Amino acid sequence: MALTLYSLIQSVILCTNAIAVLHEERFLCKLGWAADQGVGGFGDDLGIKAQIHNLVRSVRTVMRGQSTYHLTEM
Amino acid sequence: MDLSHHGYRATKQRARPAPPTGDPVLFEDTSSAALGPSSQGYYASGYNMEGPPNDTQGGPGMNNLFADPMASAAMMYGSSLANRGQEIVNKEIGRFMSVNKLKYFFAVDTRYVLKKLMILMFPYTHQDWDVRYHRDTPLTPRQDVNAPDLYIPTMAFITYILLAGMALGIQKRFSPEVLGLCASTALVWVIIEVLIMLLSLYLLTVHSDLSTFDLIAYSGYKYVGIIFTMTCGLLFGSDGYFVALAWSSFAIMFFIVRSLKMKILTSVSSDSMGMGSSAKPQIRIYITVATAIFQPIIIYWLTSHLVR
Repeated sequence: MALTLYSLIQSVILCTNAIAVLHEERFLCKLGWAADQGVGGFGDDLGIKAQIHNLVRSVRTVMRGQSTYHLTEM
Repeated sequence: MDLSHHGYRATKQRARPAPPTGDPVLFEDTSSAALGPSSQGYYASGYNMEGPPNDTQGGPGMNNLFADPMASAAMMYGSSLANRGQEIVNKEIGRFMSVNKLKYFFAVDTRYVLKKLMILMFPYTHQDWDVRYHRDTPLTPRQDVNAPDLYIPTMAFITYILLAGMALGIQKRFSPEVLGLCASTALVWVIIEVLIMLLSLYLLTVHSDLSTFDLIAYSGYKYVGIIFTMTCGLLFGSDGYFVALAWSSFAIMFFIVRSLKMKILTSVSSDSMGMGSSAKPQIRIYITVATAIFQPIIIYWLTSHLVR
């Protein structure tokens, strides 16, 4: 299996894009991971679900730039 | 770098003005500039990176007055250009990674390299696996044999690429593109492993002091095992390959488990006193064991197609 740097970059970009295009209402609300739903726990050890939630939110915020909240107004 | 012959180069330098004489200035600058601000950081115990040995030899050489003013002016201009170029390069690299931290990983000497290679190949008799500290900063690899370094992984990686080229040549499958392909495959596996480790350490909120460079170092140590396996495979055929594969797999697994156990399992978690304490050590053990099991898989994957 000839993994090249280019295929690595390609897969990273595709995964980041996949995280960024997750639909708020159809999918993330069902999971309770919408942009405005906070996490109850405080402190460092929030558990793996909260960590993934934070990661997904950060990736989406960074990747979507200016247009973060237009879609949730529908 | 034969600066001892510097006096004899005066006649040649009239024909070639600037770049050759920029070298002593470059070497002087990097070592002396690096000593000042970082000496409190990582070299706290009084060791110094080899203080510029070319200082005394460069001095009298630079003071040779050239009869030709154009040559001396060109030499001055060239050395100032080289200085400015060096500063620009340092500044740009300093934006992405801390150069001082990188220098910590390359502060090795021969004794450390020999002992570390012995430990990598036969870790079963090594007693003391703690990384020693000096006033909160980890000791450089020169002073502590347990400290991770990046010299051995880099050299082992390059040696692996050369050995892979040789093995492919023996099988009459060599071409220069294959060498680049092999290099980028191995590099991609290192990057994947480091990314998975970073991701799992983040998601499972394991607060350890493993930095990215530490993970690159630990992930690069398996290349020593890969080189040993490939050498035995090339010398002794298929049987030697599998024996060496088993030996280096166990050695690397033992080494990784013992080294990461110190860093992951004993790290302090600040908040949870009784919250998840039953789950946390288990998860950390899983991470350590998963990392250890990943190593022989990669060793086999990267070498089996080369030793037939």
